[in-house]
Amino acid sequence: MNVLSSGEFWAFVGVMAGIYTLFTLGLQVQFGLAGLLNFGQVGFMAIGAYTMAILVTKVGWSMWLAAPLAVGAAALAGVLVGLPTLRLRGDYFAIVTIAFSEIVRWVATNEDGLTGGSQGTINLTGQGTAAQYNGQWERFQRWVGAQLHIADKDVVMLLLVWSAALLLLWLTARLARTPWGRVLRAIREDEEATSSLGKHVFVYRLQALAIGAGMAGLAGCVYAWQFSFFSPDDFQPLITFFGWMILILGGVGRVWAVPVGAAVFGFLFAATRFFDFAPFSYLDSADRAYVRLMVIGLVIIGLVVFRPQGLLGRRDEMVLE
Amino acid sequence: MFTQLLVNGLVTGSVYAIAAVGVSLVYGILRLVNFAYGDMMTFGAFAGYFANATLGLPMLVSAAFAMIAAALLSVALDVVLWRPLRLRRAGFMGLFLASIGVALVLRQAILLVWGPQPRAFEINQFKVYVLGDVRLSLAQAATIVSATIAILAIGLFLSRSSTGRVMRAMSDDRALAQLSGIDVNRVIVVTWVISGVTAGLAGVLAGLVQSTFDPNFGFQLLLPVFAAVVLGGIGSAYGALAGGLVLGVATELSTWEGFAGGVDPVYKPVVAFVVLIIALMLRPQGLFGKARTV
Repeated sequence: MNVLSSGEFWAFVGVMAGIYTLFTLGLQVQFGLAGLLNFGQVGFMAIGAYTMAILVTKVGWSMWLAAPLAVGAAALAGVLVGLPTLRLRGDYFAIVTIAFSEIVRWVATNEDGLTGGSQGTINLTGQGTAAQYNGQWERFQRWVGAQLHIADKDVVMLLLVWSAALLLLWLTARLARTPWGRVLRAIREDEEATSSLGKHVFVYRLQALAIGAGMAGLAGCVYAWQFSFFSPDDFQPLITFFGWMILILGGVGRVWAVPVGAAVFGFLFAATRFFDFAPFSYLDSADRAYVRLMVIGLVIIGLVVFRPQGLLGRRDEMVLE
Repeated sequence: MFTQLLVNGLVTGSVYAIAAVGVSLVYGILRLVNFAYGDMMTFGAFAGYFANATLGLPMLVSAAFAMIAAALLSVALDVVLWRPLRLRRAGFMGLFLASIGVALVLRQAILLVWGPQPRAFEINQFKVYVLGDVRLSLAQAATIVSATIAILAIGLFLSRSSTGRVMRAMSDDRALAQLSGIDVNRVIVVTWVISGVTAGLAGVLAGLVQSTFDPNFGFQLLLPVFAAVVLGGIGSAYGALAGGLVLGVATELSTWEGFAGGVDPVYKPVVAFVVLIIALMLRPQGLFGKARTV
């Protein structure tokens, strides 16, 4: 149990919550503002992470150039996915986006020459070459640590991730209050009425999808830096569902509910690892992993049944329609 | 080669078709995109495995056992979860998310009970039927036969029986059907029974065709099944049957060398989605769906 009192462990939980905040903020823009049922968010995250890693290792670009381009690539993927599918009804769109994220994962698994295949980024420059994409990031992390006199690398990461998250949260909250954000919410509530006011519904939705996808791309880059290695298995559809759970846990339509949901989820996910009282103590570690996911599933169901508006949501503005 | 691929496609497609009908009926009657259906198929396969390997029952009896077990579980889930959610008037998103929760719980429960290792039914894996230049394994032949029977039975049930017609009526226009005095709760129970039976059968057949299966295999089948449902038009049962067969045949034939050298077989699942996206661009409401605004 002493791991619970270790700062390192809590810094890790905090970093993960920050990454989930970036990831879910994209869903908040897409669903909370624009009403889009994107169930393929993890596909955009994968595109961000892989674009960054490939540009650094294969093309030899600086990380400072590769990361913005990776975010751009994820946003561009959002546009490309949206162009043929945004005219579909909501439920059709949801299924097509899951299909998109699975295609991304499938391609990443099978195109060994491009992505390193199922073995992950370690094979990016060919079998057994142990490719590294995050040397520059670690130097930056050490430099920041030296400036702030913080020795612990995890704490530096925590500060960096949450600075980025808070900046984006603030920007998104501002964006939601601009005329652009109001049009999006109008589309969410009544598409035809908004369209009859001369607003181009399709273009607004496409923009929301692309912005949200870019945020997932950034989450992908940060995820890649945090773990210094990743493989296609890190981008299972389950990650998208975690994002949706965080969105609803916090409250749909409220930007500042996202970090609250992410923190609660991060805590739940980490804390269930320490279920070593009866009856959990009778199980071995593999079985306990199953029980953890089962608890997460039950929390999702419980939320839908008992608190569809989330912890901070307002019932009158938005419940799960 | 072409005819062999066509037959393989019909085998895969008939499994998709049976599963897709189950998903589509539930959507039509309950407006629920049931994400737990893949794991219900897994449950069916493992229930069949329990009867077949653990109890030593013949495969046919085991399949029936799987169908009954999945139907009972589906009805039980309606009583403890879906009915309370209906009473609370949960919307599309809420139901979808709850089904993701059910999918997680179900899969982890199967993992807890049976463990992660791959399993196989106890049938003759090496028996092969040769018809002209087509070779069919015992599992494939059994799948084609039982899928044909199941598809005909479902088609007859929906078109001829009064319950089937009531179900299609409810799927078409729920309010109108309710106004004409339909016992909604009975129809819902029948829908879950059919959904469970199709999940059990599709799970067992998929397990037979793949020769081995693990607790994750149903979830991997779920996406092509959803693609079949969407291709046919969500909520249309006949569309789902057609969509499943079209997708199965299209994915297998895509690897045919006569078709521009053929697609690398590892990309078969991607072909299913590409077919889906192209079809939706041409016909946004699906092959058999009705055009609707919104």
